[in-house]
Amino acid sequence: MSELPFDAFSGTASYIANDSLTRDVNAAIALQRPLLVKGEPGTGKTLLARAIAEALGMPLLTWQVKSTTKAQDGLYHYDVVQRLNDSRFGGGDVGSIRHYIKMGVLGRAFRSEERVVLLIDEVDKADLEFPNDLLHELDAMSFHIPELDETVSAVHRPIVIISSNAEKELPDAFLRRCVFHYITFPERELMERIVRVHYPDVTEGLLEAAILRFYEVRRIAGLRKKPSTSELIDWLFVLVSGGVPAEKVAAAVPFLGTLLKQEKDLDTAKQRISWS
Amino acid sequence: MFVHFLYSLRRNGVPVGAQEWLALHDALGKGLVDSTDSLYGLARAICVHTEAHYDSYDVAFVECFGGQDWIELKEALQQWLENPVPMDQLSPEAFQALTGMSLEELLQKFKETLEKQQERHDGGSRWVGTGGTSPWGNSGRNPQGIRVGGSGGGRSAVQVAGERRYRDFRTDVTIDVRQFKVALRALRHLGKEGREELALQPTIDRTCKDGGEIELVFEKERKNTVRLVLLMDSGGSMAPYARLVDRLFSAASEIGHWKSFDHYFFHNCPYNRVYSSIERLEAVQTAEVFTKHPAHAKVVFVGDACMAPWELTAVGGALSLWDRNSRSGLEWIRAFREHFKDIVWLNPEPERYWTHETITAIKREIPMFGLTVDGLEGAVRHLRRGSLAARRGA
Repeated sequence: MSELPFDAFSGTASYIANDSLTRDVNAAIALQRPLLVKGEPGTGKTLLARAIAEALGMPLLTWQVKSTTKAQDGLYHYDVVQRLNDSRFGGGDVGSIRHYIKMGVLGRAFRSEERVVLLIDEVDKADLEFPNDLLHELDAMSFHIPELDETVSAVHRPIVIISSNAEKELPDAFLRRCVFHYITFPERELMERIVRVHYPDVTEGLLEAAILRFYEVRRIAGLRKKPSTSELIDWLFVLVSGGVPAEKVAAAVPFLGTLLKQEKDLDTAKQRISWS
Repeated sequence: MFVHFLYSLRRNGVPVGAQEWLALHDALGKGLVDSTDSLYGLARAICVHTEAHYDSYDVAFVECFGGQDWIELKEALQQWLENPVPMDQLSPEAFQALTGMSLEELLQKFKETLEKQQERHDGGSRWVGTGGTSPWGNSGRNPQGIRVGGSGGGRSAVQVAGERRYRDFRTDVTIDVRQFKVALRALRHLGKEGREELALQPTIDRTCKDGGEIELVFEKERKNTVRLVLLMDSGGSMAPYARLVDRLFSAASEIGHWKSFDHYFFHNCPYNRVYSSIERLEAVQTAEVFTKHPAHAKVVFVGDACMAPWELTAVGGALSLWDRNSRSGLEWIRAFREHFKDIVWLNPEPERYWTHETITAIKREIPMFGLTVDGLEGAVRHLRRGSLAARRGA
């Protein structure tokens, strides 16, 4: 396995990361520990993994965690039903269990011939014990398949990125093994750079007015869900494709529904925003 | 050498253990730290696991490095190292000769070398400087070296830490809520209900018994069947414990694994009515609580159980005049105990004061536990007995 340089990752053309994020990404890679990324929804946690994969030229494997996800799902799945079916109705090589063992995302990441970036997305969605069940597999980068009496070990240690929306607390034992990064909400300057990447042609006036409005909306007290970067980008898309001039954004907030998705938030915002 | 930083972190409430510490050493050994900034960032990424501790981390960082020799040393060095001299390529033999020093040795030698060194130094193999092959300095080439200085981001990490930008993320109560949660999580009874899903093992068994004729078996998935009813005393004598009760309430409502979770408030003792808000404005007939919640719901009272004796035993003993009760508080408590099989009382008062006569009277009716993590664990064990007995009976 070839060692990556310590400054392997520095963002990509379409993903702007601040220094502390790139540093933590590189530290996690160098220390061979999973990087746990937390932050408000819409601050680019999932995109980060994609950007790392792109920057390092590695394939990205994503394990989308759901409330019903079990640790076992990521390792492998023994399709007993298929085997039963084949044994009853013919077809397939029933004699060997091997044909009915299907690798999960983690299994595929371990087996992969080239080094991959593995994203375990929204780890907090699953049961509380889920992260603990993965401790050994992520530590040793291997797991055992009792059905075959075989151990799958990582050919190349994958770069593991884990994202969490902080819906549940994660167990300590799990946290101790991770490099942790909390994505703070971008400040204006960084936000302008991020938006520029997505809309290089947007006029200076519109961009400035929109960002000003955006931070104003975020400052409104009592919002249930503050708009985040992804909402701003959507909003700008609507503004640009709708041909809304900058003066209009400065005077009012058109398409407020793109920024705020909850009815109650919309009401709150309408009361607070200064309509001039 | 960082040990005092470790203890400072722990003193400030960042739970750092040996595992983080070894990882940090690993990182230092890999040469990942090349400036105060990167030390700040890297140590934070490794030692801190939640943004709630970022602020405490900042405090500890300033405490340790706010006027610390090692950092000052590095800052001073930074000026020398600002303009690194390009470096000659090393021969493999020379490269080989430079490996094999442990981190401790390196740090020790680094200090010694610094002490001996009096001036800027570029090139060469011993002194701290740029473009050399000694293990320290910038733009040098040593497989195990310590990089010193390099491009900083203008502001030093100590300055950034001093701003304490993460103060808002502080939630000092988190730890306690989590402890309560952990205790409450034990309160579950997995029953088979909800969606039907394929039960693999029975399917295989049945299919084998049928000689290979496939027989699919479906079972309902397992879900927590515990219904929890929390009744909290929000009266005046409970004021000192308001935060504590609040944490318990947060823990119970955040867990979200209940089949149902309801909460009520009362003053001193439940009488004819309980209340659905803490200000006790919206009343609910206590009899309705009995009809709404089945007998197997788990009921948890939280209160200090301290009141005047007549408030507990007299008809019309309720403190509020408009709450004139037709049955005494004690009778209501008995009614609760008779309706609900699994019921406990959590008392925030320290156990040594449980000699007050109304406390002992209530304790006779309902098992009482302290409102502490231990007490809650005991209470949960008691509440579980009912469901365990039911499972054994089934």
